[in-house]
Amino acid sequence: MSSPEQLGGFPVFDRLTVAQRALVAEVAREVTFTAGTRLFDEGQPASGCWLIRAGQVALETAVPGRGQVVVHTLGQGDVLGWSWLVPPHRWHFSATATGAVRAVQLETTRLLVLADADPALGYPLALGFFEILLGRLQSTRSRLLDLYGSPRER
Amino acid sequence: MSADALGEPMLPVPYRVTARREESRDCVTLRLEPCDVALPPFAAGQFTMLCRPGIGEIAVSVSGDPSARDGSLTHTIRDVGAVSRALCRAQPGAVIGARGPYGTSWGLDTAVARDLVIVAGGVGLAPVRPILLGALAARDAYRRIMLVAGARSPAELLFREQLGEWATLPGVSVGLTIDQPAADWDGAVGFVTEPLARLTLEPRQTVAFVCGPEPMIRFSASVLLGKGVAAGDIRVSLERNMKCGVGLCGHCQLGPLLVCRDGPVVDYARAQSLLDVREL
Repeated sequence: MSSPEQLGGFPVFDRLTVAQRALVAEVAREVTFTAGTRLFDEGQPASGCWLIRAGQVALETAVPGRGQVVVHTLGQGDVLGWSWLVPPHRWHFSATATGAVRAVQLETTRLLVLADADPALGYPLALGFFEILLGRLQSTRSRLLDLYGSPRER
Repeated sequence: MSADALGEPMLPVPYRVTARREESRDCVTLRLEPCDVALPPFAAGQFTMLCRPGIGEIAVSVSGDPSARDGSLTHTIRDVGAVSRALCRAQPGAVIGARGPYGTSWGLDTAVARDLVIVAGGVGLAPVRPILLGALAARDAYRRIMLVAGARSPAELLFREQLGEWATLPGVSVGLTIDQPAADWDGAVGFVTEPLARLTLEPRQTVAFVCGPEPMIRFSASVLLGKGVAAGDIRVSLERNMKCGVGLCGHCQLGPLLVCRDGPVVDYARAQSLLDVREL
């Protein structure tokens, strides 16, 4: 179990009341990972969500001929893991700690039960996740623009 | 005495290439020293018009140390056209023309006693390099220095060795990120706004300097505004097609601004509405 204060640095919980944060803290715990630790594997059932306190986690996928390709990295203050939220509840990418990582791990099975039971908790929680997801989407779209390419290549 | 001081603002003065360094597959840094008279000292953020006789002239931001008062110029040039290619190919000993310096500066002297957040994308790292060099030369005058730089790939990151050195300095943080995955890269992969968003800022104590492609400027400014940094404390470097460099020809007009004269550095309170207009 974590404390509500430990969740305070993560904007995903900004919309929650103190009491609601205390509920979420009951399904949260501090974890650490050493470099190279695989947090989850692509295609496997998705369970768990990590609020990264320190370190870096690489999201990657296997590409024939190129090996494991990192598509994105997440760092301090980022939230890792969405696939537990929606069907088919399987990871779309794999996640590996690239160095020592400290994080708060949410037990998402219990968190879903809490959110389903009380929409007054579930709705602001979903909005918090949506806001972060939107930021991630905008960032990915920005990368798709290939803004730094040479005019000679266009 | 400079050509400008002689009343010939359009007349380039000869500079000799004394050093050439290939930064990436299409970027070169040239160190230039005056053959005779030197141009006036430049301030971080200003640009000069560089020419190769018989080929043409382009505007290039200064990428060197503004605290060095030895008359030299340092420019980092990307090969994107006939003139820039000719400049990039200039070898030590070659003579090229230079006039300037022109335009507004980053205003480093007005950021004293504050945190400096420097955001650069791609070759936009070159025009902000003088901020870092200038601030490091007067280190006690500033609080934290936070550099966030994005590039398409590790091979396209400019000043790689220097970035590594800066990252080791006390009170200096360097956040690098690349857009496209690369096998030889174990750093961050993501857009430049991501490490920027992770910074813990004291907005009233912060002055931000942003340089890169225009969408990257807008997206980065949006993150900074979201963190509470005032638009007037966000300084951006604008890029338009400059011809005369002295506000005569109008080629670089951006709404009410002539970027060569009223820019390239403009605060975001002024620039935001201009950048919101498509094809202005």
